[in-house]
Amino acid sequence: MAHFTKATSVKDWLNQRLAVEKVEKVMASEYWIPKNINFLWAMGMVLAITFALLLVSGIFLLMYYQPHVDLAFDSVNYTIMREVDFGWLWRNIHGVAASVVFLVIYIHMFTGIYYGSYKKGREMIWISGMLLFVTFSAEAFSGYMLPWGQMSYWAGMVITNIFSLGGLHMDGLVEWIRGDYVPAQAFLSRFFMLHVLLLPLAIMGLIGLHFAALRIPHVNNQDGEEIDFDAESKKYLAGDKAGSKVMRFANDFMSKDMMVVGIFLIFFFYLVFYNYSFALDPVNFDPADMLKTPAHIYPEWYFLWSYEILRPFSVNIGLIAFGFAQVIFVLLPWLDRSPNAVPASRRGAFSVWFWLLLIDMIVLTAMGKLPPEGIFSTIGLVAALAFIVLWIALPFITMNEKKV
Amino acid sequence: MHNSSRRGFMGKAFGAVAGVGAVGSLVAMKKSWDPLPSVKAAGFTTLDMTIYPEGELITEKWRGKPIFVLKKTAEMIASQTESQKARSVIVGGSEFMIAIGLCTHLGCIPSYSATEKSFLCACHGGMFNWAGEVTKVPPPRAFDIPPFKIEGNNMILGEVGPEFQAMKDSGITL
Ligand code: HEM
Ligand code: FES
Repeated sequence: MAHFTKATSVKDWLNQRLAVEKVEKVMASEYWIPKNINFLWAMGMVLAITFALLLVSGIFLLMYYQPHVDLAFDSVNYTIMREVDFGWLWRNIHGVAASVVFLVIYIHMFTGIYYGSYKKGREMIWISGMLLFVTFSAEAFSGYMLPWGQMSYWAGMVITNIFSLGGLHMDGLVEWIRGDYVPAQAFLSRFFMLHVLLLPLAIMGLIGLHFAALRIPHVNNQDGEEIDFDAESKKYLAGDKAGSKVMRFANDFMSKDMMVVGIFLIFFFYLVFYNYSFALDPVNFDPADMLKTPAHIYPEWYFLWSYEILRPFSVNIGLIAFGFAQVIFVLLPWLDRSPNAVPASRRGAFSVWFWLLLIDMIVLTAMGKLPPEGIFSTIGLVAALAFIVLWIALPFITMNEKKV
Repeated sequence: MHNSSRRGFMGKAFGAVAGVGAVGSLVAMKKSWDPLPSVKAAGFTTLDMTIYPEGELITEKWRGKPIFVLKKTAEMIASQTESQKARSVIVGGSEFMIAIGLCTHLGCIPSYSATEKSFLCACHGGMFNWAGEVTKVPPPRAFDIPPFKIEGNNMILGEVGPEFQAMKDSGITL
């Protein structure tokens, strides 16, 4: 039997049983963070906080929401918005956070791409990050079904139809996913289950994996410097805090992180109180009508770029292009053939590639919102082709990059 | 040696039990997501075909999906092509365009313009003529025709009659 002694303090009591001191060191005070990083490295913490906001506001919405096709719409638009004291607050927080979380995810992703933080041992960070992106997308989509308004219904119809895989006519699969010929009660109930239980569980597990994947390679830095964390942390612990290139995660880095989180939260609650309407589509204030499609349907802004890659092509080619767009980011660590893990600005052609990709995705997003007519169709088509060409070109561009 | 082979056997035995259990649960999970028998049984609708005015698009409902019914005008019948004629359903001496009113691209409901005599799908800009054929992509094929059976002046949606079977066999609809 392990040997226990009479505890001298609560901390000692816990230490003997849970090794809290050691855990604290591994996770916080001796988890080393480079000093040469900027506010973009706080985005991960901003995401974690936004997820917490989604969870808490979601719990309150859950107490009045009714997952039934006849009741859902009123339970949200009447009960929660008008009857429940501060019900509007939870709904606005939930809606705004669901939208803003994608903005921050995109910033976080493009930061990773810019600084090459997906290679040299950081591949698992990247992969777990992309899995988070996929599950967040599923979470956002399933949540969008719940108010059972016109946009919920028709987005549900169109997105589940994607699973018939065009020319393969897998209508049986679509009906299986829906539990009916069209989105109806079975569909609403199961998407409710996914939204409030299965997907949040998966997200929490993936956040754990994402953090674990960071622990050994540590975060990258803005100079692409290869830091010897063992040597630098010894220097720090020996008292040369100024000379060491690293600092403690807690409380040193956390204090910087929380500064950025504070600024983010001011902006976030400004949106929640004064500018929330962008997150609640007006068309979704009409109850679902299975016999009338809204005049113009489009997804939420964060799905527009991939929607625009689907739209300009005939159905099968469109689906192939769409599938390509969904998986290609995961392969980035292998498509980038260069050994350099330094900022894009020092990588010549890659830097051009990075900015072109960013601009192209913004153009796709803008075109996805506009009706598919005339010049917009053409711009959308060109941007969709450019997206595919950029990714195919990436291995060739990076293959010949000089080692810096 | 003796011990480790015994452990190896135990590991394999557990693997076999777990494997059977895993397959069994996957089957149960798959089946629990299937549409319920009550959903499937409610899948029939009878239409009285004598009530439709000529040249006007009427939307009926079957399995929660909109069904387009258009009684063709004499002018439409006179001008139609062979392939448009092949899509016609004849009940009680009148010719009809019958179709599931969902765009074959991703399932939005296209809207009909009586003046243009054509359908426009607002979702991704697909277009169909009055007979249901595609005139502008992305939709990959003409409107699907719901399974039907003709009985006198009535039409039963959801049952497969000889006329529908013939259309299916010749590839006019899925
Ligand atoms: C809710 C979702 C997410 C949460 C809570 C989250 C959280 C975090 C945190 C706390 C960090 C460490 C601090 C930082 O570098 O910002 C981090 C790093 C990272 N994340 Fe995420 N993340 C999420 C989604 C994603 C996604 C979608 C990607 C893109 C594929 C991604 C890729 C990365 C990468 C590459 C790093 C390492 C950055 C570096 O080493 O410089 N994460 N994440
Ligand atoms: S659903 Fe009609 S064009 Fe896409």
